[in-house]
Amino acid sequence: MSKSEPLKIDAVIDLPDNNPKDTANHPATQARTEVAKRGRRGTLELWLPKLVVAPSFLLSLVFVYGFILWTGYLSFTKSRLLPKYDWAGFIQYQKLWASERWWVACQNLLLFGGLFILICLALGVLIAVLLDQRIRIEGTLRTIYLYPMALSFIVTGTAWKWMLTPGLGLEKLMHEWGWTGFTFDWLVNPDMAIYTIVIAGVWQSTGFVVALFLAGLRGIDDAIIKAARVDGAGTWRIYTRIIIPSLRPVFFSTFMILGHIAVKSFDLVMALTGGGPGYSTDLPATFMYTYAFTRGQIGLGSASAMVMLGGVLGIVLPYLYSELRGKNHG
Amino acid sequence: MSALTIRNVKKSFGNTHILKGINLSIEAGRFLTLVGPSGCGKSTLLNIIAGLESPSSGEILIGDRNVNQLSPKDRDIAMVFQSYALYPNMNVRKNILFGLEIRKVPKAEQAAIVDRIARMLQIENLLDRKPAQLSGGQRQRVAMGRALARDPKLFLFDEPLSNLDAKLRVSMRAEIKQLHQRLKTTIVYVTHDQIEAMTLGDYIAVLNNGEVQQFGTPDAIYNDPANRFVADFIGSPPMNFIPCEVVGSSSQGFGVKMTHEGGDFVLEASGDLKPWLGKHVVLGIRPEQITHVVTSRLDERGVSGHACPVHLCEPTGPDTLVTTSINQTKVLARVRPDTAGTPGQSMDLMFDMNKAVFFDPTTGERLRFQLLKAA
Repeated sequence: MSKSEPLKIDAVIDLPDNNPKDTANHPATQARTEVAKRGRRGTLELWLPKLVVAPSFLLSLVFVYGFILWTGYLSFTKSRLLPKYDWAGFIQYQKLWASERWWVACQNLLLFGGLFILICLALGVLIAVLLDQRIRIEGTLRTIYLYPMALSFIVTGTAWKWMLTPGLGLEKLMHEWGWTGFTFDWLVNPDMAIYTIVIAGVWQSTGFVVALFLAGLRGIDDAIIKAARVDGAGTWRIYTRIIIPSLRPVFFSTFMILGHIAVKSFDLVMALTGGGPGYSTDLPATFMYTYAFTRGQIGLGSASAMVMLGGVLGIVLPYLYSELRGKNHG
Repeated sequence: MSALTIRNVKKSFGNTHILKGINLSIEAGRFLTLVGPSGCGKSTLLNIIAGLESPSSGEILIGDRNVNQLSPKDRDIAMVFQSYALYPNMNVRKNILFGLEIRKVPKAEQAAIVDRIARMLQIENLLDRKPAQLSGGQRQRVAMGRALARDPKLFLFDEPLSNLDAKLRVSMRAEIKQLHQRLKTTIVYVTHDQIEAMTLGDYIAVLNNGEVQQFGTPDAIYNDPANRFVADFIGSPPMNFIPCEVVGSSSQGFGVKMTHEGGDFVLEASGDLKPWLGKHVVLGIRPEQITHVVTSRLDERGVSGHACPVHLCEPTGPDTLVTTSINQTKVLARVRPDTAGTPGQSMDLMFDMNKAVFFDPTTGERLRFQLLKAA
């Protein structure tokens, strides 16, 4: 300790300008303290972080990226129940896009994803704005709204299945209360079943959107709202013209998060409808699972998985690009 | 006609009294600064004037109109905030125009106003930028432009320069003053910086603990403080406060007894201190009234030179601040740099008692005495 101290003091005094903030970042100071540190603590400090990270790095390298490559290769083979490695070209992709069931899955994804994101955002913003009015039990309400997020989609799906099954949940309750004309059979109606997934998904994710937007709203300087009031804007105009437009980054990240929840939705569908009735509520993820693991069509399943990966990258890459570019330009 | 009248305004939250009965009034075209330490209630008072908060009791009159029940937008005011409070999603032009748009000012007129404001504040080249792309000083200008665009009866400034660096603050201060001289608008300006308050205001209201300590011109506030708080708060370096005993002086008048390591001396007061003879008072004397000895001035009444021990010298450039100790109190003197003594030795200091003031040692209130006729 005592040996390194004179070094530091030297560096401080050497500085030509008198800005004390710069002292710590001054290259000379940094370089000298670096040298001193290395001499004292040896090489363990250099290697320890790398050693600690190595296992997880290796695991993700093999089990994420390795298996992506493997799946990618399998999608170009005629693998059925077991993997085969003879190159077969685009045959699985041709089969995939010729399959009506795949088209249903893709349409369902658009429908489910679109409605899920839209309703989550709209409801989330609305509830966040209402919660932002400095009400007394805000903490309690916020927790209640956020609680569904703590459940897994399996639990959500199962619970909503009980509630929506005509002979068991809502419909039965209404009948028992005497409203015998009431029907709510969306869960077993092939045209409407996809909307029950939207309902359950919205129920689970809205609280999260509320939390994100509430944080965004709280980040807005009170003075801006005061300024708008002095400028003559009413509450409605303050929200529509100033607050919500300035939450654009929150909209963007919420869209990203909800978007990828929608694309990888699997458990919710499995628990709620199992893809049925028939295959009317299949999503690409359940399609992939069905073909790869239950119908012995690994090649076709892999092809659908690669198409999904492409879709997700299509959403995520522009986002990553803009994030990283933002950082580089400080 | 008064442009703004504040009548017995009080504001409390439960048992916490933020404002305890404020009375102020200024004529149209005047610049009023509200100054005080943090938590003195000055920003609350400004918010009450703006209508962003409502008083617990009392009245606010803008012009002759009681505006207590009016919302901010109907009060014909504009406000500049410490954090600038620019709308982050709008560019500079839209920021300036927002208030006009809401008031449905015709488009052609809007364009003319933006042009005029931009030229006046030299922000023509910034009109299409977003606030995030502006520097602190530029944001400050835009915030002022937004306030100026509507041409209101009353401008409110809430510590507008506090977020700027020291150099920019000084130049913006001058610009605000120039703008006021040119436009002759009525301005209420809140600051915690006593130099801003002194330089800008036609009138200053010094606030502390929710009460107006003194309301007057900068000159009155500086030279004729109402109490020890005002005397201490205004002026940099602050006034010296020396507890001392009132004694009879050689020339039939009265004086206060000073003691330091080197011995005793008596500073002759110009007032009739008889009621306090033999009692203790607090002498208030500004550092610039304790200087190096100018021989020609020593004959003047109330001026005397005394050797004092030098404890510390702080050169500021034009002056050197010399710290000495009298009656066990730290005393600052402002001397010409080349006359400053060396710490540990003593130097002759000249005390000018003509502007000295006295305070009650317990209440801190100003003690006022009749001037003694010159002998």
